[in-house]
Amino acid sequence: MGASRKTLETLLLPALTGGVLLAVWHAAVVLTKTHIFPSPWQVLLGIQELADQGRLVPYVLDSLNRVLTGYLLAVAVGLPGGLVLGLHAPAAHVAAPVIQLLRPISPLAWIPVSIILFGIANTATIFLIFLASLFPITLATMDAVRNVPAIYLRSGQNFGLGRYALLRRIILPAALPHALTGLRLSFGIAWLVVVAAEMIGVDSGLGYLIIDARNAGKRYDLVVAGILLVGGIGLSLDLLMRWLERARALRWAYQRDP
Amino acid sequence: MRSQNAAKRLDVAAPTPSPPSQAQPAKLSVAGLTVTFPVDGTHRTVLEAIDFECHEGELVCLLGPSGCGKSTLLNVIGGFLKPTQGQVLIDGAPVTGPDPRRIFVFQERGVFPWLTVEGNIGFGIQHLPAEERRQRVAHYVEMVGLRGFERAYPAELSGGMKQRLEVARALAVGPDMLYLDESFGALDYITRHNLRRELLHLWATERKTILFVTHDIDESVQLANRVVVMAARPGRIQRVVDIDLPYPRDISSARYLRYRDELLEELGLAHQR
Repeated sequence: MGASRKTLETLLLPALTGGVLLAVWHAAVVLTKTHIFPSPWQVLLGIQELADQGRLVPYVLDSLNRVLTGYLLAVAVGLPGGLVLGLHAPAAHVAAPVIQLLRPISPLAWIPVSIILFGIANTATIFLIFLASLFPITLATMDAVRNVPAIYLRSGQNFGLGRYALLRRIILPAALPHALTGLRLSFGIAWLVVVAAEMIGVDSGLGYLIIDARNAGKRYDLVVAGILLVGGIGLSLDLLMRWLERARALRWAYQRDP
Repeated sequence: MRSQNAAKRLDVAAPTPSPPSQAQPAKLSVAGLTVTFPVDGTHRTVLEAIDFECHEGELVCLLGPSGCGKSTLLNVIGGFLKPTQGQVLIDGAPVTGPDPRRIFVFQERGVFPWLTVEGNIGFGIQHLPAEERRQRVAHYVEMVGLRGFERAYPAELSGGMKQRLEVARALAVGPDMLYLDESFGALDYITRHNLRRELLHLWATERKTILFVTHDIDESVQLANRVVVMAARPGRIQRVVDIDLPYPRDISSARYLRYRDELLEELGLAHQR
């Protein structure tokens, strides 16, 4: 009973919501007799058309590739950077004004800058994603390190740990769950930014698909197909990151008290 | 008076450690200890001219109202805080910092949530060969009654189990002193009572020197050889009371209640309406 109820709530209800939305969408298109906005079926045909043209998979892969490259670069810089800022208060004092100033700037504001630096190229897109994920990753890591309870540090010192052992055996494991949540949220941001960034300077990817379909012949079936692909892939990526968060090494952080 | 005390100690029930001889040098000696903190431009004296000694194998309670500086005193003794004046000697050597020979047991929050019960108990003995480590972990798992929970994470344990886990983690490194800072304070009455009994049992079998900070009079009379009664503002030692009762202590006996009254009197709580 309990199990079947759970299936109902986690699988059937979302499916039902999706079905209702599709029906409403379809009805709205039929009733308004619009020729501009596509029906769900036309969108599906559009996706089929993309696949037939051999554009679907390469575009998705190009977008994923750019996101992953920019994001991983940001992780490579932001994780160690955040760690240093979290451990070393003077460093944080030096860097804080810069980070606070840069953080609220939309990554899209960097588009002209990235074009100056890298030209109209793949690199410019990747640079934008890198910038967009860098600040949230750095700040989340810094906070995670700072918020390690003092009691754990003192316990570690009491057991005779030196600076390096304290870092490895206390600070890293204690900060990991928080830092990973920051990584997941920044990945979401990176995926948001890739679509916008692909609208300038490149000629592949889902962002390019959306803007190109509109500019070249007002193919709104392809525009909506692109939008839905972006949403679906974004959701899958988020689910994947959540699944990673719950890996065995992190199980402790998500258990409730008995 | 002394000979009378000695005579009384003879009928102390096993498993009580032999009473510490006053002749041997002190295990812990606190001399002229003063701690001040800067507050709003002035210096607030948190502890003033603290002097006391503790002998090998003793269980000493630091008892006092909140704000009397008893936890600060334990932190100085533990090496986490530098005194403004005076010094702490252990085995004749000044304390310069935390040391694995003397483990501080916090309220149950001190266990590491990212490690299992086994991982926590083995935390301080990573330098030992794997087989010896495994045996020691198993020994202390058994001793604090956590068998069957070896792979459990602290989030799956009750408050009392976490507290026992923290004590086991401390004991596993083989320290010669334990510092307990209101360690049972966050637990319910019955769990607290059981843990005191278990602590006395561990004390009898492991023969550690134990300093126990508490604001609970019953706790101090049930546990301590000696109770150091502290007063607040500034934190100072008001009196030292020897509790000359055999273990296990009968908490409704007349003598137990007399000691309890005496401490109530010291804290200014007796006969209040």
